[in-house]
Amino acid sequence: MTFRGTSLSLALAVVLASSTSSFAVTEISWWHAMSGANNEVVNTLSKEFNESQSDYKVVPVFKGTYPETLNAGIAAFRAKQAPDIIQVFDAGTGVMMAAEGAIKPVADILSMGGAKFDKSLYLPGIVAYYSKPDGTMLSFPYNSSSPILYYNKDIFKKAGIDDSNPPKTWPEVWEAAKKIKTSGAAKCGYTSAWLTWIHTENFAAWNNLPWGSNENGIGGTDVELEINAPIYVKHFQELADLAKDGTFRYGGRTSEAKQLFLSGECGIYNDSSGGLGDVIKSGMNYGTGQLPYEPEAKDAPQNTIPGGASLWVFAGKSDDQYKGVAAFFNFLSKTEIQARLHQVSGYLPVTLAAYEETKKSGFYDKNPGRETPIQQMMGKAPTENSKGVRLVNLPQVRDIQNEEFENMLSGKQTAQQALDNAVKRGNAAIKQAIGQ
Amino acid sequence: MVTAPSVILRAGLFTNGTFMASSTRVTFPNKLLPYVLLAPQLAITAIFFYWPASQAIYQSVLREDPFGLSTQFVGLDNFRRVLGDPNYLNSLQVTLIFSVATALIAMALALLLAVMADKVIRGKGIYRTLMIWPYAVAPAIAGMLWLFLFNPSMGTLAYLVRSTGYNWDPLLNGDQAMVLIVSAAAWKQISYNFLFFVAGLQSIPKSLIEAAAIDGAGETKRFWTIVFPLLAPTTFFLLVVNTVYAFFDTFGIIHAVTGGGPGKATETLVYKVYNDGFVNLILGDSAAQSVILMIIVIGLTAIQFRYVERKVHYG
Repeated sequence: MTFRGTSLSLALAVVLASSTSSFAVTEISWWHAMSGANNEVVNTLSKEFNESQSDYKVVPVFKGTYPETLNAGIAAFRAKQAPDIIQVFDAGTGVMMAAEGAIKPVADILSMGGAKFDKSLYLPGIVAYYSKPDGTMLSFPYNSSSPILYYNKDIFKKAGIDDSNPPKTWPEVWEAAKKIKTSGAAKCGYTSAWLTWIHTENFAAWNNLPWGSNENGIGGTDVELEINAPIYVKHFQELADLAKDGTFRYGGRTSEAKQLFLSGECGIYNDSSGGLGDVIKSGMNYGTGQLPYEPEAKDAPQNTIPGGASLWVFAGKSDDQYKGVAAFFNFLSKTEIQARLHQVSGYLPVTLAAYEETKKSGFYDKNPGRETPIQQMMGKAPTENSKGVRLVNLPQVRDIQNEEFENMLSGKQTAQQALDNAVKRGNAAIKQAIGQ
Repeated sequence: MVTAPSVILRAGLFTNGTFMASSTRVTFPNKLLPYVLLAPQLAITAIFFYWPASQAIYQSVLREDPFGLSTQFVGLDNFRRVLGDPNYLNSLQVTLIFSVATALIAMALALLLAVMADKVIRGKGIYRTLMIWPYAVAPAIAGMLWLFLFNPSMGTLAYLVRSTGYNWDPLLNGDQAMVLIVSAAAWKQISYNFLFFVAGLQSIPKSLIEAAAIDGAGETKRFWTIVFPLLAPTTFFLLVVNTVYAFFDTFGIIHAVTGGGPGKATETLVYKVYNDGFVNLILGDSAAQSVILMIIVIGLTAIQFRYVERKVHYG
């Protein structure tokens, strides 16, 4: 008995000792979806933050693609194992906003860190997208992006196209793509990541067309999709026609098409401006341009909508952890960090100061094209078609569109059928998700 | 939840008793002992089958938001919606095609290889070891291996196929995607089937085959009239195991290779349970589907044991 007693108190002493030592450093877990060059940025930032102070330790964990990370976070929340910080992509914003009891608004957390939180320091269009209708900022805009055009200058030269003047409209893109294909400069002319985000959501905003009712969901959760209007049908039929002889090649539902561009198989590529890191890393002779617009749309180009992802904080953590999160977010908001993040990764700077700083340093003069994603998003005051897209189940609605697009690109259905089906199935899914 | 029915199935094979060599009755000195010995198995069945299965049944009559913050009882609404969904019928069809093709190919090739291996005299050990290797590969890894070979953007073999002018694009062509996952799933299962067929072949008395040879039966005739019927118990066992494998254990392969696409061309019933539950976060529908799946598996197993097994000759 005495032996058991001593070993028990010993064990207790060990537990106490180890827990007091862990009190000294509070660990902040951060689940993210950044791969390739952007993963290195996440690790560097965490390391720098950890070295800059000794109270908190941010531990980044890669959880797969954007949709996978969101689902892992939700499953962890249900199992009461949620991380402190989770990176959620644009399409998941509505999902998180609908879960009021599960998250803690970032505005509350930032004011817990001691410093007063001032919303006006952040880029207005981005902050508005991540805020509740009453203006409370819910998540921290870590990596905001907007879709741009990438092209391979060597392939352009080989095909006899002016490589200093990237195509600006969709008809110009199709023409260049056909030229690349027929001249044999590359096996495929054009490919694109994220057909849903780029060719429906941003296509709508950039051409100032409604994507869905209720201001695309910003005004309310009850949305009817409008992406089977004639102008969308025309655009997708053009894509489907180009897919027939391989002038357009499909890579996958998220950013898998990047591989087709980096390997030199396709000459022109649309992706998030955040895809820049990998393009630079590949050593390719590339150029960038703004997102192409549709000349038939009379207000085009309007402005693009925020993409990328933001950082959400789960509810039910200790004050100590929230203070650590606040310290980390304040660290991320520092002008020099934001300016660097923007310059290495291609994501947008989230604070106005970082934007001004980058401008002043002459970065945009040396790297023309790098200001494009910001100008695209901020160039014009947004209309009700271009504030953003929000649904409580946008990931599911995107998947429905993807399935219909795949059946269209394989020749099983026309663009009209694909978009009609996407609208019909999408509307039914939205109704079910909001409980009607 | 998804794998639970396969646990019963496998347990069923052994409690059924037909695979035990003899049935001499054992008497225990202590009345408690048999229950103690059974306890671990009962605990496993309770924890890994009854508990999740009852959870699934409970969840299938509820409507819940993704985070589990609000819950509402909806009766059989989820079942009505699932059964009225044309995509559900599509995934039933996909499952049938996929399972039949996988089981047939995996068993036929394994039998062929086992018969060949039986004839090898030198290097038998190496040959067999190499044949068994793929079984050690986890399904998700097997999927990745095939993806690396045949993905149209980066696959090495895909590149060769495309350069011959054939339009290999499983990202858009549903039939090609199906061929790809069937190949990956069958490839992984051949080893397992091979092992059992080799064992089965070894247990066939050589004297029978020799007698037939002396009577003038050719090799093909000997195979179909002696070897194949005597292998029936093994074949039946493998048929059950392969069906269950194709239904449930191929999730990792499908997830890694096609993710159910293109469109819904490779979305099997199990994949749809995952997709609706964990990707689209409609937990009620997903639970209702897994309950239906459980009923299908119980029915399939009952049919296999009641009707097919009768035709099996255990020697």
